[in-house]
Amino acid sequence: MASVSETQAANTPNPARWLVVVVPYLWLLLFFAAPFLIIFKISLSDTAIAMPPYTPVFPGFGAIRDYISELDFENYLFLTEDPLYIKAYLSSLRIAVISTFLLLLIGYPMALAMARAPSSLRPTLVMLVILPFWTSFLIRVYAWIGILKPDGLLTLLLQTTGLLEPNEQIQIFRTDIAVFIGIVYSYLPFMVLPLYSALEKMDNTLLEAASDLGCPPWKAFWKITFPLSLPGVIAGSMICFIPITGEFVIPDLLGGADTLMIGKTLWTEFFGNRDWPLASAVAVVLLIMLVVPIAIFQNQQKKVV
Amino acid sequence: MKSSRFDATVLTLCFAFLYIPIIILIVYSFNASKLVTVWGGFSLQWYRTMWSNEGLMDAAWVTARVGVLSATLGTALGTLAALSLVRFQKFPGRMLFSGMIYAPLVMPEVITGLSMLLLFVALNIDRGFWTVIIAHTTFTMCYVAIVVQSRLMTFDRSLEEAALDLGCPPVKTFFKITLPLILPAVIAGWMLAFTLSLDDLVIASFNTGPGATTLPIKIYSQVRLGVTPEINAICTILIGFVTIGVIATSIGTKRAELNRIRDEHVALRGTT
Amino acid sequence: MAKSLGPVKRKFSPWTDPSAVPFIRFENITKRFGDFTAVDNLTLDIYEREFFSLLGPSGCGKTTLMRMLAGFEEPTEGRILLQGKDISGVPPYRRPTNMMFQSYALFPHMTVEKNIAFGLEQDNLPKGEIAARVEEMLKLVKLETFARRKPNQLSGGQRQRVALARSLAKRPKVLLLDEPLGALDKKLREETQFELMDIQTNLGLTFLIVTHDQEEAMTVSDRIAVMDKGVIMQVATPAEIYEAPNSRYVADFIGDINILEGTVSTTESALGAPGAVRIDCDGVAVAVEQECQAVKGDKVAFAIRPEKVRISPDQPADTSFNAVYGEVWDIGYLGDFSVFLVKMADGRIVRAAQANVSRLVDRPITFGDMVWLTWPLDAGLVLTR
Repeated sequence: MASVSETQAANTPNPARWLVVVVPYLWLLLFFAAPFLIIFKISLSDTAIAMPPYTPVFPGFGAIRDYISELDFENYLFLTEDPLYIKAYLSSLRIAVISTFLLLLIGYPMALAMARAPSSLRPTLVMLVILPFWTSFLIRVYAWIGILKPDGLLTLLLQTTGLLEPNEQIQIFRTDIAVFIGIVYSYLPFMVLPLYSALEKMDNTLLEAASDLGCPPWKAFWKITFPLSLPGVIAGSMICFIPITGEFVIPDLLGGADTLMIGKTLWTEFFGNRDWPLASAVAVVLLIMLVVPIAIFQNQQKKVV
Repeated sequence: MKSSRFDATVLTLCFAFLYIPIIILIVYSFNASKLVTVWGGFSLQWYRTMWSNEGLMDAAWVTARVGVLSATLGTALGTLAALSLVRFQKFPGRMLFSGMIYAPLVMPEVITGLSMLLLFVALNIDRGFWTVIIAHTTFTMCYVAIVVQSRLMTFDRSLEEAALDLGCPPVKTFFKITLPLILPAVIAGWMLAFTLSLDDLVIASFNTGPGATTLPIKIYSQVRLGVTPEINAICTILIGFVTIGVIATSIGTKRAELNRIRDEHVALRGTT
Repeated sequence: MAKSLGPVKRKFSPWTDPSAVPFIRFENITKRFGDFTAVDNLTLDIYEREFFSLLGPSGCGKTTLMRMLAGFEEPTEGRILLQGKDISGVPPYRRPTNMMFQSYALFPHMTVEKNIAFGLEQDNLPKGEIAARVEEMLKLVKLETFARRKPNQLSGGQRQRVALARSLAKRPKVLLLDEPLGALDKKLREETQFELMDIQTNLGLTFLIVTHDQEEAMTVSDRIAVMDKGVIMQVATPAEIYEAPNSRYVADFIGDINILEGTVSTTESALGAPGAVRIDCDGVAVAVEQECQAVKGDKVAFAIRPEKVRISPDQPADTSFNAVYGEVWDIGYLGDFSVFLVKMADGRIVRAAQANVSRLVDRPITFGDMVWLTWPLDAGLVLTR
C-alpha cells in the first residue's frame, strides 16, 4: 500500500513530469533553432581571412550595439548581382516542380493500385515500398551511374535490343534527364506512402454510392477519390518538393556541369570557395523560399495528427 | 476485372523501377571484370580488396559507432518528444516545439548541415566524432518522435490509469506499462534512426573533422572518381545488413504479435 | 408529431393476386464467394409499391441479395428481373435502383446540397431542375436550413436524412435501404420508421429494406422475408410471420416464444374441432386447434407465445391438457409487461407474460409461488419444420 503522502504526490502535478518536455525542447532549441539565428547573423557579416573564415559572432555581449552597425547586406547584394545565383535558384525550383509533378504522375497510380490490392497483400506491398528507402540514398544514386553512363548498362541493353547502333551510346548521364531519373527514383517512396495512407483510409462505400447514383467509375475517380486524397497529395508533394529544392547529392553525381541547383552552389561556395558568409546568405534565401511550402507541410501534418 | 489488371501492371513496373538498379548493383559486386558492361564471371575479389582497404574499414567503424550512439540518443530524445506532443496538450511554445519536430523532416540537408556547423564554430567546439553524433541525434530524433507518436496516439490510456489506480507511481508506470507497450515503435524508431545516420552524407560532411570520416563521405569521394566494383561490394554489404535488420525486426514484431494472440486464446479457453 | 399513416394499412396484397406481375423477381439466385455460399438457389417476387423487408441474422445473405439488386455483386447463378427485364450485367450506375447505405456513405467533401444533387448531376439535368429537386428533397427530410453544411457538421439523425434524401432524389423505381436506422437511438429510430412509411406511401415507391431488427421489420413492412444461411425460410405479412410462423427457426427468430418438443398422439377431432391435434410433450398434454399435415407418431414442436399463456395460482377446472404446473423461477419486470419464468418439475421452463394493468408494485404472484399455466386451443401452434 502506498502511504497517504505518496498518493497525494501522485495526484498533484509533478514538476519532474515537465522534464519530458523540457529535455527534447531544449535540445532542439539549442541544436536546431539557434543555428538558424547564427546562420542569419553570419550571412550579414564580412568574409575575413581568419580561420574560421568569418569575423566572430560572439566577441562579448557588451558590443552588440557595435555589431548592428557593422551588419551589412553585402552578401545578399552579391547574390543579386551575379546572375549565377538567381539562375541556380530558378533552376532548382524548376527541377523541383517538374520532379514533384513526375513523382505524382508515377506515385499516384502506384499508391492507388496498392490501396486497391487485396488487404492481405497490402502490408507486403508497403514493406516493398519502404525497403529501398532503408538502403542508403547515396548507394541508390550510385547504382544509377553504372546504368546511365555512356558505356553503361542502358546503352548495352539498347544496343543488344537493336534500338541503338553498336557504335552509338546513350547520352543521358550528366544531363538534367539523369537528375530527374535520380530524383524520381530516390523520392518515390516519400510520395507513395502519404498518398497510399490517404487512399487506403478511403471508405469504399463512397465509390459504391457514387456508382449507385449513376456515376461511372472514371468519373467517380475525379469526383470522389481524387478530392478525398488531396491531403495525401499535398503532404506527398511537400515532402518531396522541399528537400528536392535543396538537393545536392543527385545533381552532383548524376547532373552535368550545366545542371544548376542551389544545393550544389551552396556546397561549392562552402567547401570550394570557403566563403562562409556567402554560403550562409545562399542558405538563408533558400530557407525563405521554402517558408511557404514548409508552413503548408506543417499545417497538413497537424491536421493528420 | 479490368482495373485489377491495370493495377498489377502498374505495381510490377513501379517495383521493377525501384528494385532493378539495386539488384544490378549487387550482381556486379560479384563481377570479376572491372567494367560494368562486361560480365567476367563470378568473383569475390572486390570483397577482398574492400576488406584490405584500411581507409574504408576505418570509415565503416566510425560510421557504426556514430550510428549506434546517435540512434540511441535520438531514440531517447525522440520518445520524450513524442510523449510531450501526445500527452501534453498545452505548454508554452508547443507550436514552436511541434514545428521543430516536423521541420527537420523536410529541411534540405545542406541548410541543416551548414547551420549546425556554424553553431559549433560559434561555440568554439572542435568538429569531429562528437559533433557528427550531435548533428545526427538532432535530425534522427524527429523521425523517432513521429514513429513513436503514431503509436502513442492509439495507446489506451486506461492501462496507465489502471496501474496508477493500483498504486504504481507515474515514473514506474511508464517503465512497467507504457514503455513495454510502445516498445515495437521505439525499436522501429531506433532502426530508422540508425539507418538514417548510416545513410547521411551531407550533414556529416559539414560537421565532421579530422579522424571522423564516415562511410558515406568515403564512398562519395570514391564515387566522384568513378564506378568501381569495390564500392558495389561495400554497398552490397550495407544493403544486406539493413535488409536483415529490417526483416528481423518485422519478423520479431510479427512473432510477438502472434504470441500475444495465442496467449490470449489460451487465456480465454482457461476462463471459459 | 402526428403520425399520419395516410390511406395505408390498406387492402394492399398483390401477392395474393395470381395475375399480378412481380416488379422485381429473383430467379434461382445463387451467390458464392469462394467456397462460401452466401445465397443458395433463392427465388423471390417483390411487387410494385411494396415495402418489403429482408430479415435475418448477420451473415444470412440478406445484404448480398440486396447488393446483387443494386449491381455491386453479380449472381453466380440465376437472374434478376426488374419489370420483366433481365438486369444481369448492367453496372450499378445504369440501374434504376438507388441505395441508402448502412454507413450512409455521404461524400465528406461535399455539402448536404451537393450530396443530394450528386445523382441528378450524373443525369445531366438542367441546373434549374436540379436546384428545384434538391429543394424539394431538403423539404421532404426537413433539412432546409442545413443545405450548406458538410456531413461532419451534422448529427447522426441528420446524416441519415441526408442519405435518404440523396437516394430519393433520382426518384428510383426501387429504393434499397441497408440497415437504414441501425445507427440511430431507439426513440429516433421509431420516429423515423413512421416517416419512412409516410414517404414510401406518398411517393408511391417500392422499398426493399435489409434489417436484423425484427421490430423494425414488423413495423414498416408489407411483407417480410425471413432468411437463414442463404435461403428464405418464410415470406409473409408481419402478422402471419408472428402468429403463424412456418418453422421453429422463424418462430424462434421473431419475438419471444415457448417451444416444447413432442410427438403427435392423435389427429382425430376428439375435441370436437376439425383438424385438432393432440401432442404429448414429454408428459405435458397439448391440444391445438390447427389443420396440419402431421400424422400420429410425428416428431413435432408445440410453440406458444408467452403473452398467450395465462398464469394463475388457482388450479383450472380441467388439467388434462393445456395446463402446466410449476414454480415461479424468475420474474422479468419490463414495465408494460412482466415475464414469469415457470419451472416444471422436470426442469423445463415455460414463459408467461402478463400485462401490468394496475399500478401495484407488489404483484400477487412472486418468486417461489406454485402456479398453473393454461392456454386455449387456438393460442399455440404445431411446427413440423
